[in-house]
Amino acid sequence: MSAVLSLVGVETFYGRIQALRGISLDVRAGEIVALIGGNGAGKTTTLRTISGLVRAAHGRITFAGDDITHAMPDQIVRMGIVQAPEGRRIFQRMTVLENLELGAYARADGRSVRGDMDDVFALFPRLAERRSQKGGTLSGGEQQMLAIGRALMARPKILLLDEPSLGLSPILVETIFHVIADINKRGVPILLIEQNARKALQVAARGYVLETGTIVKEGTAADLLADDDVRKAYLGED
Amino acid sequence: MAIFLQQLINGIAQGGMYALIALGYTMVYGIVELINFAHGDVFTLGSFLCIAILALLGVSASGQIIAGWQGALIALLVVVLAALLCGVIGVLIERFAYRRLRNAPRLAPLITAIGVSFLLQGVMRNWKGPSEISFPQFLPNPTFAFGGVHIDLRELLVVIVSILMMVALQFFIYNTKLGKAMRASAQDRDAASLMGINVNTTIAWTFFIGSALAGVAGFISGMYFGTTMFTNGYQAGLKAFTAAVLGGIGNIAGAMLGGFLIGIVEAMTAQYISDQWTNVVVFSILVLILVLRPSGLLGEQLPEKV
Repeated sequence: MSAVLSLVGVETFYGRIQALRGISLDVRAGEIVALIGGNGAGKTTTLRTISGLVRAAHGRITFAGDDITHAMPDQIVRMGIVQAPEGRRIFQRMTVLENLELGAYARADGRSVRGDMDDVFALFPRLAERRSQKGGTLSGGEQQMLAIGRALMARPKILLLDEPSLGLSPILVETIFHVIADINKRGVPILLIEQNARKALQVAARGYVLETGTIVKEGTAADLLADDDVRKAYLGED
Repeated sequence: MAIFLQQLINGIAQGGMYALIALGYTMVYGIVELINFAHGDVFTLGSFLCIAILALLGVSASGQIIAGWQGALIALLVVVLAALLCGVIGVLIERFAYRRLRNAPRLAPLITAIGVSFLLQGVMRNWKGPSEISFPQFLPNPTFAFGGVHIDLRELLVVIVSILMMVALQFFIYNTKLGKAMRASAQDRDAASLMGINVNTTIAWTFFIGSALAGVAGFISGMYFGTTMFTNGYQAGLKAFTAAVLGGIGNIAGAMLGGFLIGIVEAMTAQYISDQWTNVVVFSILVLILVLRPSGLLGEQLPEKV
């Protein structure tokens, strides 16, 4: 299968500090790809670079054959590359409904927004109960649901998820991973960043391991789950 | 009692002007966290532009009165043109003086803003001279009496126009797509980008609207006081800034409330203490608010980031 999203030799700097040292990875049609690695490995920077929030100094990012390396963040969203960022980043002083509406901001087809909102509410009934509440008053888990729901409102052609399970209770983690698999079954490819490497690799088809801005390992999720180094470093096994 | 009511009306009229200017400070601060010190000067420039537009229309400071729909039409034309021009100037200031500094340390754009303020003052001084200039009073000014209280058309105009602008702004911010984009960008610029919002365009619109409101304030200030001067915006700007801080900087309803409060405090101080003490009182409020309640009267204290 051909790659939908592809990074080739991407290097990103924050000032003089190099965060990404030549990242190459692919996400193919319909698959979940897990990007795992420790703190500061460059996982979030990878997603920020794809979304255009930071610029790649070198390398090339393509989406469905189009070069998006130098595209603006809003153009990238319009192409269908949608991110639910780390820390949820929901609009705290806006209601759940307004947050979801903003998720559909870049869409031209205004009429189907209501229907999509109902889909999100079906996925997360808790959000329906709290639709008029301000985002800042939601619990961490509800905020995460809102962040994912908001991303879905954009009708993504590919979804970038940054630490969707961070800080959630075990039950909520299950729910979130369930939803991730569910979204993927509808045909949306997902690039997933997770601290919880085991869960990520269980749901993913393939994975990449990132260390200090370099990809040190890649393979099928099953291979990575069985890999000795990965088990020691990221799965907490000896 | 009549005196008190009279001063209350004066205060509300004056406060409406402060509120209109304060909105520009607070909107810009909300979205780029910059105290745009040039904003007061855009307000004065609004008055200057009105005088120029009136001159083009053949209306000078000679005291000719244009009554009826003709006068109203001229007033409308002048205020709309001045608002548009000020809006464009605001956009240009943001584009050329502030945008590149958006991610620089906060002090850099602040000093640039002071520089732009001096620049505008210099331009205005060279344009119309260093002394007070009169603003044509071309509208008739009948006085209405309610009991012992007198309201003239000018005061009424100031209050009505400023309240209308605020209601329109509030509607715009909460009910239009661009308004929502502005609120989203103010809360979290990166997250707004990830919604597909073009943040640069949204910020430009924010400067446009804020500066256009300053232009409207420039018109009603000219009508109200009958004069203007190239340094006017400095003090009016600082007072409007105080109003914005009092209401809670970044908070639109707060700016309106703060504007009216400052106007009323000023009028009451002038009446019951002394004219000489108004600035002392107003700027004491600024200091007290900053020390005791930096989030202002309506400022929310929600955590900005998780």
